[in-house]
Amino acid sequence: MPQMTMLQAINDAMHVAMERDPDVVMLGEDIGKKGGVFGATDGLYDKFGALRVMDTPLSECGIIGTAVGMALYGLKPVPEIQFLDFIYPAFDQIVSEMAKMRYRSGGQFTCPMVVRSPSGGGIRGGHYHSQSSEAYFAHTPGLRVVMPSTPADAKGMLLASIFNEDPVIFLEPKALYRHGKQEVQEGWYTTSLDEARRVREGDDVTVVTWGAMVPIVEDAAGTAAENGVACDVIDLRSILPWDYDTVLDSVRKTGRLVVVQEAPRTCGFASEVAATVAEKAIDSLEAPIARVTGFDTPFPYALEHVYKPDKKRVLGAIEFTARWA
Amino acid sequence: MATGTEMHVVMEAKGKAKGRTPKGLGDDDLKALFRAMLFTRLFDQRGMNLQRQGRIGFFVPSMGQEASQIGTGYAMGNKDVLYPSYRTHSLALLKGVPLKVLYDQLWGNATDLVKGRQMPNHFAIPSINWVSISSPIGTQISQAAGAARAAQIRGDKDVAVWAWFGDGGTSSNDFHAGLNFAGVWKAPCIFMCENNHWAISVPEEMQTASVSFADKAVAYGMRGVRVDGNDVLAVYEAAREARDRAIKGEGPTLIETVTFRMGPHSSSDDPKRYQPPELFEAWQKRDPIDRYREWLEAKDLWSKDEEEALAAELQKEIATAVEAAESTPAPDVETVFDDVYAELPKMLIEQREALRAQIKASGAIEDGGGAFPL
Repeated sequence: MPQMTMLQAINDAMHVAMERDPDVVMLGEDIGKKGGVFGATDGLYDKFGALRVMDTPLSECGIIGTAVGMALYGLKPVPEIQFLDFIYPAFDQIVSEMAKMRYRSGGQFTCPMVVRSPSGGGIRGGHYHSQSSEAYFAHTPGLRVVMPSTPADAKGMLLASIFNEDPVIFLEPKALYRHGKQEVQEGWYTTSLDEARRVREGDDVTVVTWGAMVPIVEDAAGTAAENGVACDVIDLRSILPWDYDTVLDSVRKTGRLVVVQEAPRTCGFASEVAATVAEKAIDSLEAPIARVTGFDTPFPYALEHVYKPDKKRVLGAIEFTARWA
Repeated sequence: MATGTEMHVVMEAKGKAKGRTPKGLGDDDLKALFRAMLFTRLFDQRGMNLQRQGRIGFFVPSMGQEASQIGTGYAMGNKDVLYPSYRTHSLALLKGVPLKVLYDQLWGNATDLVKGRQMPNHFAIPSINWVSISSPIGTQISQAAGAARAAQIRGDKDVAVWAWFGDGGTSSNDFHAGLNFAGVWKAPCIFMCENNHWAISVPEEMQTASVSFADKAVAYGMRGVRVDGNDVLAVYEAAREARDRAIKGEGPTLIETVTFRMGPHSSSDDPKRYQPPELFEAWQKRDPIDRYREWLEAKDLWSKDEEEALAAELQKEIATAVEAAESTPAPDVETVFDDVYAELPKMLIEQREALRAQIKASGAIEDGGGAFPL
């Protein structure tokens, strides 16, 4: 099997999807000849042409609005929003149109489309190239919100998203685009949009996370293990709908929970994880639930490293939770 | 065709048989146009009455805009796709959608095609390619541009996509985005701006400083046509020409039909609070139905007797459909969870079970009623 970065795996998934189905089309800013600002759509324009790989005018509202029209016509559009921070002009089209089309039309019209966007920090991009906005979308019935953290998951989940009947917000943790290589299966395969991934087995503390926080948590869990604390690390992968059964099963085993997210704390998805565990597994809890999150501030430029949860902050929470008696 | 700020007109304003019959329209077509306009007026009157009687929760009338809508609808091709607004039920009446379908939606009952999920007038009718309607203004405009682009991508040669919106809609983000994208793509799209002079209470002159709405087309590199929106034949001609151009690959058109909303914005609105009465009276004298009737009568194509018979027939149809829709029960409680996703996710299965258990334990959930207040 070839070794790929997440970026290569995403690119490979789009090649596979476009070869498989002529209804799959791409649109966005700079995705054509340039191949995207990160290179995610590299080579697609040359292979599939300007009608299927469309450089659009510079309007996120227009990109998603026209993609909704394409999906309603029967195509499978995969619009790219260059940075997740730029998605807000399209919020109305995503939340009130794309997400609600099936429900509001009584199931007569659907929007099977995938909005791809690089999310999160890690590139010194300041607050307009770094936000983790998954919670806004996770509050919207009708959407699927996913965020893979490995190359193999990125390819399999992108293919599953494109050939899924529901509209998907596909968040790509840009800090992991070139983070490392992994063996990725060639050609067609899909990865579940309904199941979390167990990253590491352990009986002492459950650590739930997603996106670019996954390798940081893995690193912290490795050190914790050396100190005698075995973490059960779960990469949610899908934020909405989310696999709470896997989380609840783990907490019933460990009795302790840490949730790690890059996004600001208040009303972040970590809060939903914490609330669900408190509701359904309070009897199993032996320590307070800990959230490790970004601060309730805008994403800073010079102090990015201070804002983002790092290994020390995660490890601190794991040890605090493990020691609680 | 008059572009930019000039006005395209076929019929004289008052009653004379002057003005040619547009190409392609035979006597039956001319009568069909009138039938649909009258049908729309009767549907509107009944809709407002049903709301006033407390039998439906809300209604959006289109009084005064019948020519502007029916003239366009008649120019559409069978495969054309409609991205309507909430004030365009005339198009469904013109295209022969069974009345029961429309009244079911006004009641939001168990046989409503949209399953009681939306307020009245927010139809979705796939049998005539009528895409689901949204309340936020303008969202359908960029979607229509995308659908027209999809027709190009698929190579569907005989499809035009029509978007409907009002003068207020031209201020929306999606108006700019949709027209801009469609212009760049030369997409087979027709943008129907019904300038009815009012965005709820905000008048045309507070909506834009442009000399006309059609004039905005220039900035998008497309043709902008301004039509007397109370002249059904002029509207038909303009729409027909725009469609021909779209199908031939000559690009999109923005059509401004200059008309007047002769009623409230909705059943919740009272124009007396903001509209000068003399303005309403002036436009009432230009009622599109009266004007077309006079034209037809002067051509010996229409008579009082014919109209009385037609009105009686249509009222009967309406009464039958109203009765059927009103006596249909509300949607089943558990359908509230359906169609959020293609398949019910676990969280919704659990929420449905919880609701089921609650109803079992404490009985049916009371409908507290309530009317839309605005």
